[in-house]
Amino acid sequence: MLNGDAPVLDVRDLKTVFRTRGGEVHAVNSVSFHLRPGELLGVVGESGSGKSVTMMSLIGLLPSPPAEVRGGQVMFGGRDILKASAGELRRLRGREIGFIFQDPMTSLNPVFTVGFQIMEPLRKHMGMRPEAARVRAAELLDLVGIPDARKRLKDFPHQFSGGMRQRVMIAMALACDPKVLIADEPTTALDVTIQAQILELVKDLRKKLGMAIVWITHDLGVIAGIADRVMVMYGGQVVEQAPVRALFADPRHPYTRALLQTVPSVRGERAPKLKVIEGQPPLLGAHPTACPFRFRCDKAHDRCGRENPQRRVVGAPGHDVACHWDPDGAGLAAAGLTSEGVVNG
Amino acid sequence: MADPARATTEPLVQVRDLKMHFPVSRGLLGRKTGAIKAVDGVSFDIMPRETLGMVGESGCGKSTTGRAVLRLYDITGGSIRINGTEIGQMSQSALRKHRPTMQMVFQDPQACLNPRMTLAGLIGEPLDEHTGWSRARKLERIYELMDAVGLNRNFANRYPHEFSGGQRQRIGIARALALNPSFIVCDEPIAALDVSIQAQVVNLLEELQEKLGLTYLFISHDLSMVRHIATRVAVMYLGKVVEIAPREALYADPLHPYTQALLSSVPDPDPETAQQVRRIILKGDVPSPANPPQGCNFCTRCPAVMPVCREIEPETREVAPGRFVACHLHDASVPTSIPTGGPTPGGASTTNQQGGSS
Repeated sequence: MLNGDAPVLDVRDLKTVFRTRGGEVHAVNSVSFHLRPGELLGVVGESGSGKSVTMMSLIGLLPSPPAEVRGGQVMFGGRDILKASAGELRRLRGREIGFIFQDPMTSLNPVFTVGFQIMEPLRKHMGMRPEAARVRAAELLDLVGIPDARKRLKDFPHQFSGGMRQRVMIAMALACDPKVLIADEPTTALDVTIQAQILELVKDLRKKLGMAIVWITHDLGVIAGIADRVMVMYGGQVVEQAPVRALFADPRHPYTRALLQTVPSVRGERAPKLKVIEGQPPLLGAHPTACPFRFRCDKAHDRCGRENPQRRVVGAPGHDVACHWDPDGAGLAAAGLTSEGVVNG
Repeated sequence: MADPARATTEPLVQVRDLKMHFPVSRGLLGRKTGAIKAVDGVSFDIMPRETLGMVGESGCGKSTTGRAVLRLYDITGGSIRINGTEIGQMSQSALRKHRPTMQMVFQDPQACLNPRMTLAGLIGEPLDEHTGWSRARKLERIYELMDAVGLNRNFANRYPHEFSGGQRQRIGIARALALNPSFIVCDEPIAALDVSIQAQVVNLLEELQEKLGLTYLFISHDLSMVRHIATRVAVMYLGKVVEIAPREALYADPLHPYTQALLSSVPDPDPETAQQVRRIILKGDVPSPANPPQGCNFCTRCPAVMPVCREIEPETREVAPGRFVACHLHDASVPTSIPTGGPTPGGASTTNQQGGSS
């Protein structure tokens, strides 16, 4: 750790494997990252890059079998929660670590009122009596900007629009005042004008409540607007990590560079032709002994097939990349052997 | 509403006052108790070899418009002329003869490909239906199409599940191209694909357009992709087109308050720009198309709403060459300035900045 602030969440070398009939799938391969208090860490990647599985495995939300967390350490609140029992994890989830999922329609139970569902964590985790919980639930709905909060507690999920349902999900996640909030593609299912409302709400809530947030998305635009730091994932690995401005101004990994160029913008100049990343995202069947991006990479070299690059510090403080190629120097950098050393977390 | 009568060419597609209402029925006897006005009086032209982008949020009727234009529905009203033929009220059997010229690429390539048919069978299906060609000739055409969309010929006997999302969308495009159409409706063709694959499909669509002289109606909620591919853009809100303009003009200087809000809401993939953009955050949600508000459909969320907006529905008018907008702010005959008492702002590009409702 370079900075003084002790992280609230510190993940080291997390490995998750899915056992399937076709063999093992290495969904998360030695992922390390940390989250400082009050910080918003953006996690970017395409489907299958391992971004959701990483977050699910660190709080034990993956069904086992087929999933198996094979190694690593997740330090939260002074202990390794990978070693925690199922009961301890249950107390942690919802109370200390809150969640928001992508699709609010499938994560809310259609047969219970919204009020009941927000009150549930308050009663289970905080031991509140129904009256107190109801008052708190109304406060929470009010906090996330749902008008007429007290009355709407009696409504069922289908009586809310998509954006309002996502607000309800946020209220539920915030109910026990968690230290860490994990948001998995929370605005992907929403329209842009509604997405803009939710992003404003999250910015506002961060100012008021100051929790640390992990925000998973495939949308670079969303990340650019809200994140402090960004982690780019590809093929189950972290390929680059940097403060948000550094990542967009000076991307070091060939994948990040290509990704930033394939995304058109509604502002600024219009590119006459879209840049393309050829090929398909990788299947994670083979053991990860080589760089997962090598088949689509225009900088690939035989070394990339022999050796999976380690993350190493580049450029600005807090910026690291897992790639043999060095955009500053010619050819390949001596990965892991530079004076700055190998990064972990 | 009419697009400019461009002297040079006739439009390939001419849609006038298109209406598609779905009945709402209640009770055991299925009495009709109302209608969802999914598309309510939409007009536009598409010139040959041009791409008209159609944007809007979910439920605004953009997909229904695309399907109605191809007569996948029996439309409630209006006229559709494709290549000079009026197909608005044509019977489905008579339409069959015209189907080869107008095709569709669907959003979800997984759902629109029969999992029990091989790739050759899928791409050849339109040929079986509409041509009396020999097997050899059909196979030759199938290979030609696979080359055109970038699918390896060796894949001809494989099944859809063996392909990735991007490749499946290529199969969907090959199917649409099989009969040499001139007009293709692309309904959210990239929405289900990963970011790095989207660019591949969009570039393929552009290449094919150039090579084969295709005309597209490109329906999407992705404003930045539409900016990339479209020549002109139509913005829909609650079953109506609120603005049509050439791409550059629309993105540089949107006239309708909804277009302005929509564009300002799109997150920018650049932290510097993201901080500078002045966002217009719309309040509330889109009203139900079963019960649209009186007056302008956007009056319940419009940041520049005026009393007249709640009374009278704005007409679409051409405020600059090629730029059409349906808003009282851009109508000189409506006294927009009553609340402030000043003179009526003239000119099309003036945006009235009255905040909130009066």
